[in-house]
Amino acid sequence: MIKVLELIGDYFLFLWKVFSRPDKWKEFLKKLLFEINSMGIGSLLIVSIVAIAMGSVITIQTALQIESSWVPTWTVGFTVRTSVIMELCPTIISLLLVGNLGSRITSEIGSMRVTEQIDALEVIGLNSASYLVLPKVIASLIVNPILIIISIFFAIMGGYITVLLTGVVSGYDFIDGLTSFFRMYDVYYALTKTVVFAFVISTISSFYGYRIEGGALELGEANTRSIVVASFVILVLNLVITQIML
Amino acid sequence: MIEVIGVSKYFGERRVLNQISTAFDDGKVNLVIGRSGSGKTVLMKLLVDLYTPEEGKILYDGRSFHHLKAIEKKNIRSEIGMVFQGGALFDSLTIQENVMFPLNMLKENLSEEEKLERVNFCLKRVDLENANFLFPSELSGGMKKRAAIARAIACNPKYLFCDEPNSGLDPKTSLIIDRLIIEITHEFNITTVVNTHDINSVITIGETITFIHEGNLAWYGNKDNVLTSDNELLNDFIFAQPLTQKIRDLS
Repeated sequence: MIKVLELIGDYFLFLWKVFSRPDKWKEFLKKLLFEINSMGIGSLLIVSIVAIAMGSVITIQTALQIESSWVPTWTVGFTVRTSVIMELCPTIISLLLVGNLGSRITSEIGSMRVTEQIDALEVIGLNSASYLVLPKVIASLIVNPILIIISIFFAIMGGYITVLLTGVVSGYDFIDGLTSFFRMYDVYYALTKTVVFAFVISTISSFYGYRIEGGALELGEANTRSIVVASFVILVLNLVITQIML
Repeated sequence: MIEVIGVSKYFGERRVLNQISTAFDDGKVNLVIGRSGSGKTVLMKLLVDLYTPEEGKILYDGRSFHHLKAIEKKNIRSEIGMVFQGGALFDSLTIQENVMFPLNMLKENLSEEEKLERVNFCLKRVDLENANFLFPSELSGGMKKRAAIARAIACNPKYLFCDEPNSGLDPKTSLIIDRLIIEITHEFNITTVVNTHDINSVITIGETITFIHEGNLAWYGNKDNVLTSDNELLNDFIFAQPLTQKIRDLS
């Protein structure tokens, strides 16, 4: 228990170091643009594929579950839209990004620690935590919501294509359901979750990479631990945010 | 001159350095030698403020590094260059960008042309004039060390620290690195501190030698008296290899 409290304390001390004024704004902006580009482009394909697959499956499952003359067929589109926006894309895609972006961040920062590149930054007098991590955190706060919006689009497209290919409901009914009872608040809710999860992914994975002591073995362990912890925190915060916002 | 006065360092309950006092002279190559785990790297990290000593102080020309304000520390940092054991070159940057990095961070008054000129001078000085646009992964071990030296001297440092610069290098490349370190030290009148357990370095470039054994200062001298000392711990270290034993027996 004391170890867990120590770990949490170390995490907040680390955040204190990260969120300090960058030593060089020019370098910060250069790194921020680089991170936005690599995070966005690097995750776009996998996010799109998973979103299409998820939209297709949820469409078929919803259609099969509500196969009854009492339930209007537009319910399929409505349910797909609601579940995709409110839960599946923000949470499942964020969990996917833990494995994709998070492990990349842990590996990158961890290998810099192991090869003394972080020490080299400190010797020059830079705040290495801020220099390395802050651009990643800000980039993920910008990129992740965009990725989630793209994934929502692809998931709905996946559902629509499935409807057209399988005929579980008509395309017209599906679109009718998609456009029925739309609430902008659902999107705000989804984006709020996404931003919080983006913060969790980038800071926890950076934290585990930054505090590595040792070599390749410890790097692997830190990677696994950061994925497990970030996923767990996301699931807990998902519950908390849902309770607060809905 | 760098003076180390009664410095101790603990990791938890374990004392890794015990009341170390020594001095590193201006314009000389000052070696810190000792077996692996003796505390050499910890001492070097204390010298460059990566660690803080629990006891004692480190004076840079009379300035107590660990007791200075941030802005004053920054001034000393701009006078420090460091070569890490594995080079610690930034993987994502080219060699030119690596050498330019400390200039970008510490020399705000220089124009881009002046920085580039300085980078090219440093790369030429370490015989890497055609490596500007290569990445660290494209260099051999010896070239990486030379690139790291180029980066360390980019800001024209007063103090140069090298942590085991010969580790992982073949004997001939080690000689090249040793020669480069001593030439640069004399050419630019730098206070150089080198951590090593390479005996060849000890007897060729050790203008002052601090021998650490299990965290304690065990001997202080230079390359001229290191082979003739009657210090048992030092002799165990120096003459540990069959080759050096043979040389001792022959002499």
